Amino acid sequence: MIKRNYSPFGPDAQRAVESGLTAAEWYHTDVPRKVMKDLMARSDQPAIRDTIILYGCMILFAGLGIALWPSWWSAPFWLAYGVLYGSASDSRWHECGHGTAFKTPWMNTVVYEIASFMIMRNSATWRWSHARHHSETYLVGRDPEIAIMRPPELAKLVLNVFGIIDVLKFIPLILRNAISGPTVEERTFVPQSEWGKVRRVAIIYVAIYAVTILSAVAWGSLLPLLLIGLPRMYGAWHHVMTGLLQHGGLADNVIDHRLNSRTVLMNPISRFIYWNMNYHVEHHMFPMVPYHALPRLHEVMKADLPPPNRSIAEAFREMWPAIRRQMMNEDYFLRRTLPPTARPYREDFRQYVPGMMPTSAAE
Amino acid sequence: MPWTLACATDDIDEEDLIRWDHGGQTFAIYHSPDGEFFATAGLCTHENVHLCDGLVMGHLIECPKHNGQFDYRTGEAKRAPACANLKTYPVKVEGGRIFVEVA
Ligand code: FES
Repeated sequence: MIKRNYSPFGPDAQRAVESGLTAAEWYHTDVPRKVMKDLMARSDQPAIRDTIILYGCMILFAGLGIALWPSWWSAPFWLAYGVLYGSASDSRWHECGHGTAFKTPWMNTVVYEIASFMIMRNSATWRWSHARHHSETYLVGRDPEIAIMRPPELAKLVLNVFGIIDVLKFIPLILRNAISGPTVEERTFVPQSEWGKVRRVAIIYVAIYAVTILSAVAWGSLLPLLLIGLPRMYGAWHHVMTGLLQHGGLADNVIDHRLNSRTVLMNPISRFIYWNMNYHVEHHMFPMVPYHALPRLHEVMKADLPPPNRSIAEAFREMWPAIRRQMMNEDYFLRRTLPPTARPYREDFRQYVPGMMPTSAAE
Repeated sequence: MPWTLACATDDIDEEDLIRWDHGGQTFAIYHSPDGEFFATAGLCTHENVHLCDGLVMGHLIECPKHNGQFDYRTGEAKRAPACANLKTYPVKVEGGRIFVEVA
């Protein structure tokens, strides 16, 4: 068992580059061009409808929360508002960051900027980290968005259900960004032309939080913070729950998204909050396909994919024991069985790179 | 530079592109929605991904890897993470055949 080093300057990152892993061509399911063109087609209508519902519900729940404050009767409305603020913003950030949610570019930009602020991600930095997450998904030391590093640290996972780790990371980072632009690590994936923007965005975020905190102090009320900032914590649980399922317990250092990503069928409310990112293998393989076409893409691809988990609970029942085993043996990962109609996993490339995913680790 | 025969006009659907490999290089040839043809380098300037699997929307080509966009008429990078412009090549159409002036 070899200890993984997740630093972008560490030996695993270096090995991934030197071995050619980072430049390898990833596996893709064959989808006829005509079908794919149809799936990739953009449209404003579904995202406009969903955005009206989202922001409308946020205004409604926050309004009811304020009206009933400080009674405990306001609590359910704050919890609902919190999930939309602290979890739905994650998927809006994601989809609009790809630029696929809306057909009209400015609509993607507006929703992306609002969502980035709510989810506490510098909008100028994270666009680039996510590009890297797609090029080098779960390549140790290279992918800056690995949610569960091995060996998994249970305490951190639990704290993050309330956004605690994320927020504790965000506060010093956004202050540093506001003072001096991107950090040394961020400069490994953010091009220099964007460094000024990283700083400008950070200054705007810091200013909004400063006004919010000052208002709370001036009015002697928690309400401004319940509306801005705190929902990133008390409403984070849904995006953490779905986010952990994306890659949790699966392989790293592979070039086949069927080995490192998970598709989970789930209830319509979670799918609305998560904007269909439960079709995660499909999204990673074909990031050009907008969220509203992912269920159709799933139908097209499913013969080539491991069977999806049937529910969030079932997916956790699969993932959780794997995560616990990784605490003892960080090389362990789940290797799901493909249906007979699928092409074999792409394992012909690089899995024998020293220190990276020995096949014996799979069971 | 000589004009090189690349393909027939009806090899490319309207508002679509194809990949064309020639002389050790790879190109993308586009059929715009207004019936014109254009040619650019075949690989995205961000991470060398083939653009032929991307999506043509109007006069934009969107890269299949990270959704970077270029105006394929001028090669101009229009959307991050694509920052460097694409090289473009002159195209002429004669008798239903597309010729590219390969530099
Ligand atoms: S490879 Fe084309 S946008 Fe990244």
